Amino acid sequence: MATMQSPAADPAMKPGLDYGAAFKDACLAGIIAFLIFGLLLGYETQQTLTNQIILVPRTMLLAGVVAIVVIGRFLINLWSAHRAQTLKTAPTKTTNPLLLKLEAQAGPAFLIAAVLFPAIVIIANGELQSSRYLVDLGILLLTYVMLGWGLNVVVGLAGLLDLGYVAFYAVGAYTYALLATTLVKLPGLEWLAPWMFWICLPVSGLLAALWGVILGFPVLRLRGDYLAIVTLAFGEIIRLVLINWVDVTNGGAGISSIPRPTFFGLPFSAADNGFAATFGITFDPMHRIIFLYYVIVALAAVTFIVTLRLRRLPIGRAWEALREDEIACRSLGINTTNTKLTAFSIGAMFGGFAGCFFAARQGFISPESFVFMESAIILAIVVLGGLGSMLGVIIATMVLIGGPEMLRNVESLRLVFGSDFDPTKYRMLILGIGMVLIMIWKPRGLISTREPTVTLGKKAQAISGDFVKEGHG
Amino acid sequence: MAGQPSLGQGQGIVEYFAQQLINGVTLGSIYGLIAIGYTMVFGIIGMVNFAHGDLFMVSSFIALLVFLFVTTIVGITSLFITLTIVLLASMFLTSLINWVIEKSAYRPLRGSFRLAPLISAIGMSILLMNFIQVAQGARNKPLAPMLTDVIKIAGEGNFVVAISYKQIVIVAVTALLLAVFWYLVQRTPLGRAQRACEQDSRMAALLGINVDRTISITFVMGAALAAVAGTMYLVYYGVVNFADGFVPGVKAFTAAVLGGIGSLPGAVVGGLLIGLIETFWSAYFSIEYKDVAAFSILAVVLIFMPQGLLGKPEVEKV
Repeated sequence: MATMQSPAADPAMKPGLDYGAAFKDACLAGIIAFLIFGLLLGYETQQTLTNQIILVPRTMLLAGVVAIVVIGRFLINLWSAHRAQTLKTAPTKTTNPLLLKLEAQAGPAFLIAAVLFPAIVIIANGELQSSRYLVDLGILLLTYVMLGWGLNVVVGLAGLLDLGYVAFYAVGAYTYALLATTLVKLPGLEWLAPWMFWICLPVSGLLAALWGVILGFPVLRLRGDYLAIVTLAFGEIIRLVLINWVDVTNGGAGISSIPRPTFFGLPFSAADNGFAATFGITFDPMHRIIFLYYVIVALAAVTFIVTLRLRRLPIGRAWEALREDEIACRSLGINTTNTKLTAFSIGAMFGGFAGCFFAARQGFISPESFVFMESAIILAIVVLGGLGSMLGVIIATMVLIGGPEMLRNVESLRLVFGSDFDPTKYRMLILGIGMVLIMIWKPRGLISTREPTVTLGKKAQAISGDFVKEGHG
Repeated sequence: MAGQPSLGQGQGIVEYFAQQLINGVTLGSIYGLIAIGYTMVFGIIGMVNFAHGDLFMVSSFIALLVFLFVTTIVGITSLFITLTIVLLASMFLTSLINWVIEKSAYRPLRGSFRLAPLISAIGMSILLMNFIQVAQGARNKPLAPMLTDVIKIAGEGNFVVAISYKQIVIVAVTALLLAVFWYLVQRTPLGRAQRACEQDSRMAALLGINVDRTISITFVMGAALAAVAGTMYLVYYGVVNFADGFVPGVKAFTAAVLGGIGSLPGAVVGGLLIGLIETFWSAYFSIEYKDVAAFSILAVVLIFMPQGLLGKPEVEKV
């Protein structure tokens, strides 16, 4: 287990570099690693043609992993002993003020970068088609950034751990898919077809927000762990209903041929009334991809601005207060019911917008896209980036979603790890390790602060949130 | 679920009911064993050990690998000896894994902000699941059926009530281990220390109890029981998959909550109830919605009856 190497600084380690003890401890870790991995990694189960399972030894892999654990543990022991000697005071846990200052400037900078991105890619590639992969990747990243910002309202600002966020994403996606595929078939409504996406977008958001209230209402009394588990249950119930209610949702087969969004009524087709013909340019399927990219840029920007402004309103301050201490919040006369419900519904609304966009972009949706793991990925983005941090979500998305995608194209990795090496296979594994390590190292995430967004000038900052013990609520 | 004969007209109803009862109790004992792990950890440190369901899955994989190792490489042919070795090895290795997990992923977070241990446990759950997927592949791992003989209890023709050897083994092993476990918690100094930490860990520490060690042992015991459940799951269904931990984990957690979280008899009662509800729901209503039923029970119990059947109402201290 890689987490064995966590800096769980052994209390037995005395200051003074005791190589013998460090080595003994490392050997012990090696023995434990051998016992744990001996069978799980040391043998591979393979199925024969007669459907029998046989064991195939993987001695080299096992030896390698055990060696890594021993050496890693040894180095960590030395390092922590060394640090205990040199560093008498504990390092402060607050984030570098430079990063916080950067975060304030990050919004416009990222917006400009996001707007210019396709242009740069296309100019660099020289033509439209070959830049499709990168623009698609940009759309994927921005979708996750938007989902991360949406969940950030619930988890990062209001401190309500929601493990079923993907349910609202699903509500948005299915709203668009069902409305768009059934409404246009109604007599007299055919003329609506090109405008479907723009009509359904607000509907998806509103319905998701409504579901946020419906699911949020019963869980108002619950705290922390229980709340997390109930939201998980709700998320799973919605997914299971989507699978089993075949008459409406078409079950596990999903809904296909969902109408694509149009350029405000002009379809992206080679037809005479299409986008290309109207503007007098040659038709290219990339036009739609680029348009979709700008739609998600706009949606993400709206999410960003709305969240940023809400944080400065009384409701945003109530969210932050609720996160810190619910009991104190109630004693000060804050209506916790409304505070929680608004957090749930606004977070859900952004999820619904993202879901609507997802359905329009894919053209096909099925319950497979809305599994618990998706919720876990979005939660990981918020947690790793830093609860409440907008910049943190962007960085975490780049690392968690963009990282493995980029690694997939690195040829040299394939030479080292074999031709069938696929880094996306390890994405979730690394994500899990990352979540645990970040919690141990910086429980508030990479960029985090407990400073309230709004303060009463310089004087009030004398007592920062970081010095106050956290309440339980 | 083993054996689901179609309902005859008027006859065989009692037999069908009795058969489902047997199936439900078997399934319920597996859930009960997992639920104890949740309830003990929650009782002592107030944390939902989200990775417990995945630990159960890992233990099932360990049981599979030990079984194959013992039968094919060591060459033991006696099924009784094999299963004993598999059970003990799985219990030992799973306990070791959970000991390492507690020490590295949860202990440093004690006293951290309130969501930190839960998020760390979610990370650990993802880690365990994907480690197994990467290490052993994403396919189902089937095992040749074992202990398939059945004993007919009642009925004749198409409507028989039968209990298979593996169901007997599962219920018997569960009952035996619960008795051992009960003795450990109620009659030994170790159990006393555990109950003391559960009531007030600071006071227990002042009275000379090593709280960290007691919490470690709690995790080890929970893992050992989860390993029993994992082994029984493998024997019962004969197949295991890397994603098999999530749904049984949530159901076992439901069982722990239903019985009253923190209460050991509650976990067993809750496990049996969930097993019975799931089996009868599949038998009489719809098999497609059986998981929806389990998840709904979880939500309803948590919202309306958070103290469960046998738990104590929670008093919040500021």
